[in-house]
Amino acid sequence: MKCIIVDDEAAARAITKQLCKKIEKLTISEEFDNAIDAIKYLNTNEVDLIFLDIHMPAFSGFDFIQTLKNPPQIILTTSDRNFALDAFEYDCVIDYLVKPITPERFAKAVDRIKDRNATVAKPEETTPSTSGDTKAVGNDLYVNIDRRLVKINIPDICLIEAKGDYIKIKAEDKNYVVHSTLKKIEEKLPSHLFLKVHRSYIINTTKIVDIEDNSVLIKQDVIPVSRANRKELMQRLNLL
Amino acid sequence: MQLDTPNLSYIKELADGDAEFEASLITILKKELPKEKEAFIESVQNKNYQNSAEHVHKIKHKISILGLEKSYSFAISFEEELKKGNPKRYETFLSILQKMEEFLMKI
Repeated sequence: MKCIIVDDEAAARAITKQLCKKIEKLTISEEFDNAIDAIKYLNTNEVDLIFLDIHMPAFSGFDFIQTLKNPPQIILTTSDRNFALDAFEYDCVIDYLVKPITPERFAKAVDRIKDRNATVAKPEETTPSTSGDTKAVGNDLYVNIDRRLVKINIPDICLIEAKGDYIKIKAEDKNYVVHSTLKKIEEKLPSHLFLKVHRSYIINTTKIVDIEDNSVLIKQDVIPVSRANRKELMQRLNLL
Repeated sequence: MQLDTPNLSYIKELADGDAEFEASLITILKKELPKEKEAFIESVQNKNYQNSAEHVHKIKHKISILGLEKSYSFAISFEEELKKGNPKRYETFLSILQKMEEFLMKI
């Protein structure tokens, strides 16, 4: 898997390179200390993955992403947790690593690349649902965002997506990125409304627009449904 | 503020016995830190505190590389203070940088 590193700090590039060295499937083809040179390189070269620093002078990591027509998978690297919300607005961003990056956390991020490819190729091999004890907590769910407890109206939640150490909650009018896991939020949601349909997704079944073989449409998002969870999903529906 | 002491734990964890990487990263730190320190001092002297905050942001990664947990927390707060135009704890931050430089010189 061909990768590039974009980071204005030489020490950070050296660390990312060292972390990549231990992962056999990753090959660093180039490294750049600014986004402009990386864009020039990508005009004539294809890569599978970019390790991208957010905080760079003149041209930030987010500016960089916006210039790419068909961005490859991107792992963001930053010294700042506060960008997580912005980061997951981009579908190409598969993980968000906060520096200093540990080898364990790095390996976890790299596993996400493997997982994605595996899901695309063989959706039937996804992990079965583990819908355990769920409990309704009234109509409100409080989530911790930047040291504030933000109230979300549970019926407004359309879906929840796992994103590394974070989850992205897509509600009717707003999205939220929270440092938590699918398992934790699943326990807080009423089981009659919500269903884990894939290892990375919980959906609000009342928000389904339509269903295909192994995916559901929730508003404008196509969500994969693993074979193991499809049966439970179909049982919930009022089929004619 | 009681300053913590730099160490090589994180670098050694990354190196995992790779002496070449260890030496090369330390060389990079020795080269990059003085430049970043100089740019930070200049921005404070010019009262360009937004720019100073950017420098602190960059330097704080190096603080964490050298295992300075308390100093790292300090840098996070100081960066926010600079964004609000408050350089009051400049001297404390400088003493952290001084300590890091001294440590790197001895290796």
